[in-house]
Amino acid sequence: MLKHESIETNAALLIVLTLAAISIGGLVEIVPLHYIEGTVEDVKKLNAECIKADNCKDAVRPYTALEQLGRDIYTREGCYTCHSQMIRPFRDEMLRYGHYSLAAESQYDHPFQWGSMRRGPDLARVGGKYSSAWHVKHMVKPTAVVPESIMPNYPWLQETALDIIDIQAKMSTLKMVGVPYSHTKIEFDANVEKFGEDVAKKLDINMAEKNLEAQAKLGNFDGNPDLLSEMDALVAYLQILGTMIDFSKHDEAEFVKFR
Amino acid sequence: MAQSIAASDNTGSMTSIEAGYLEQYNYDIIKKFTIMAIFWGVAGMIAGTWIASELAWPFLNFDIAQITFGRLRPLHTSGVIFGFGGNALFATSYYIVQRTCQTRLWGSGFANFTFWGWNLAITIGGIGYMMGITQGREYAEPEWYVDLLITVVWVVYFLVYTMTLLKRNQPHIYVANWFFISFILAVALLHIFNNLAVPVSFLGAKSYSLFSGAQDAMTQWWYGHNAVGFFLTAAFLGMMYYFVPKQAGRPVYSYRLSIVHFWALSFMYMWVGTHHLHWTAIPDWTSSLAAAFSIMLLMPSWGGMINGIMTLSGAWDKLRSDPIMMFLITSLSFYGMSTFEGPMMALKSVNALSHYTDWTVGHVHSGALGWVAMVTFGSFYHMVPKIWNTTIYSTRLIYVHFFFATIGILLYITALWVSGIGQGLMLRAFDEYGNLAYSFIETVTFMHGPLVARAIAGMFFVTGMLVMTYNVWMTIAKRETLRNTASSTAKA
Repeated sequence: MLKHESIETNAALLIVLTLAAISIGGLVEIVPLHYIEGTVEDVKKLNAECIKADNCKDAVRPYTALEQLGRDIYTREGCYTCHSQMIRPFRDEMLRYGHYSLAAESQYDHPFQWGSMRRGPDLARVGGKYSSAWHVKHMVKPTAVVPESIMPNYPWLQETALDIIDIQAKMSTLKMVGVPYSHTKIEFDANVEKFGEDVAKKLDINMAEKNLEAQAKLGNFDGNPDLLSEMDALVAYLQILGTMIDFSKHDEAEFVKFR
Repeated sequence: MAQSIAASDNTGSMTSIEAGYLEQYNYDIIKKFTIMAIFWGVAGMIAGTWIASELAWPFLNFDIAQITFGRLRPLHTSGVIFGFGGNALFATSYYIVQRTCQTRLWGSGFANFTFWGWNLAITIGGIGYMMGITQGREYAEPEWYVDLLITVVWVVYFLVYTMTLLKRNQPHIYVANWFFISFILAVALLHIFNNLAVPVSFLGAKSYSLFSGAQDAMTQWWYGHNAVGFFLTAAFLGMMYYFVPKQAGRPVYSYRLSIVHFWALSFMYMWVGTHHLHWTAIPDWTSSLAAAFSIMLLMPSWGGMINGIMTLSGAWDKLRSDPIMMFLITSLSFYGMSTFEGPMMALKSVNALSHYTDWTVGHVHSGALGWVAMVTFGSFYHMVPKIWNTTIYSTRLIYVHFFFATIGILLYITALWVSGIGQGLMLRAFDEYGNLAYSFIETVTFMHGPLVARAIAGMFFVTGMLVMTYNVWMTIAKRETLRNTASSTAKA
């Protein structure tokens, strides 16, 4: 029989057994999530026509070039240190923030930004809740719209030009880690099949700069058409958060089974 | 079979540099790590107090991007965890492994590399945060190039530690070293897998994580909680297992208990990370599994606490007369308290209230200030005079430090219980018509008072830290004066 003395007189044995002891938990809990189907729900954009033809497209799409750059700013400023992006299935959260978050909604989030703290409210469904003008005003000086706010001012976002120089490199990197942006015609066609043509065009890496500028111009998120600012990107990102799934088209039972 | 370091560790450690022969132990490296631990402790805790003040008085953000809460917060967490805690662990583990193996540290060049590499990594990482360079992963914010440096440093650390163990002059590997080994291995595993990312360019800072969404969250909190479990617990238990018996002058209370709780702790901690993701979009079974293991983890945690505190049996009077003992035993008491609070908060029903609130922050600090920092302070007050071959400058200042620290912690966790539980209750309150009773911003207004109290608590703790810095500084200065006098006398 193995006596403990033999472990504590043998460094190699101590190391091997310790390694075994600390490896099991992670293996059991993490590895299956990459393989079990349904960890990330398959949610479609439903309408009568596509249901009939059985060709409904994915509801959740990757971020556009502009939104992704906005997301990078969100990460850069450490917004996650105060804001969560994960609504839990409780009555008060449903009333305050909306439908509880699905895993599908953050499937293209590298890194995830669910957060762990609410010094400010949850942002998982902040998209569309306020006007872009409100966001700009709030970001420049939060107390201008919420007098009791303890959020810092972010005036420089409006004044700083958005750095779009490496957007293609960024999208290519994200493609490497699994986000379905397209480079080639084959990839583009696959995206048309998966998301529909309108979305597929926005996911084309070759068109990144053009799409980005078009979206910023159309959205005019920061209210200043002369400058493509960091504010444009950040607000574009915030305005898309949690808006991709139309929950009115889905039966609640559909999602409960995943939880 | 029962080990007693009190017996195994009393050979001549007081070597003489003046005499010019090689020291029995490499204390030089320990001195460097000790000084940097104190430096980062002061810097990280001041940063913490500053950001706590920003929450209480937001004008302190001063519209300067580099010092907004979101960018400074990782500077605080990295500064105290990896700067203060990390350097303290390097220092004490190198001290303990030499003393308990009765051999000189292997590879002084490699050990030096761990010193420069580690502190360089924290410095580059910290400056990066202020410039907005971050992975956006809590407690793993440094970007890919810093992560690579940390990986190399860690491998060298493992090498130095293991090689020293292999050339030990003792048949047994003392229990403190088991914990350090477990810590080194686990942190290597966690660091590598949680930081898997693809850089956008090899000349740029930005990278994107390999995993996304739910899987990324799982990996991150497996890392996040085990950074607590191994970096902030197992390793500091290693510290405890050396310094408590040494300071008490008694052998460890129970050898059997140390075996059982070592293996149980190492095995179980890795299962509990998912309790940070209760009620989120991850499969329920992982969350339930984590909750169950969190409850079980209470036993090995308390095993360590009991083993430490009971080591004092027969020497309880030291709690009255020895301020170092007060630090060590208080740290174990906070360890016991926070490892009770943790499993409780890991229950899904409690977590529904506590998650996303300051209760979590308070809980972390009862562990980080109460356990990690206090056990480090106690150990340093024991070790510093030994490695500089002198006596402490002022015992009275150790008492002063102790009371500043303890008052600070108690105020801190109480304030955040009020803030966290208060906010949690307000957010779930309904009026008589079934509408939400409070808007979110009303909870922010409510939290102002507790957040002010928390900032003041931080100031108490920092003051204590500054008192320690002064005491250690004067201890070293005293030593240098003595040495200079001695050498000039010799010359004359």
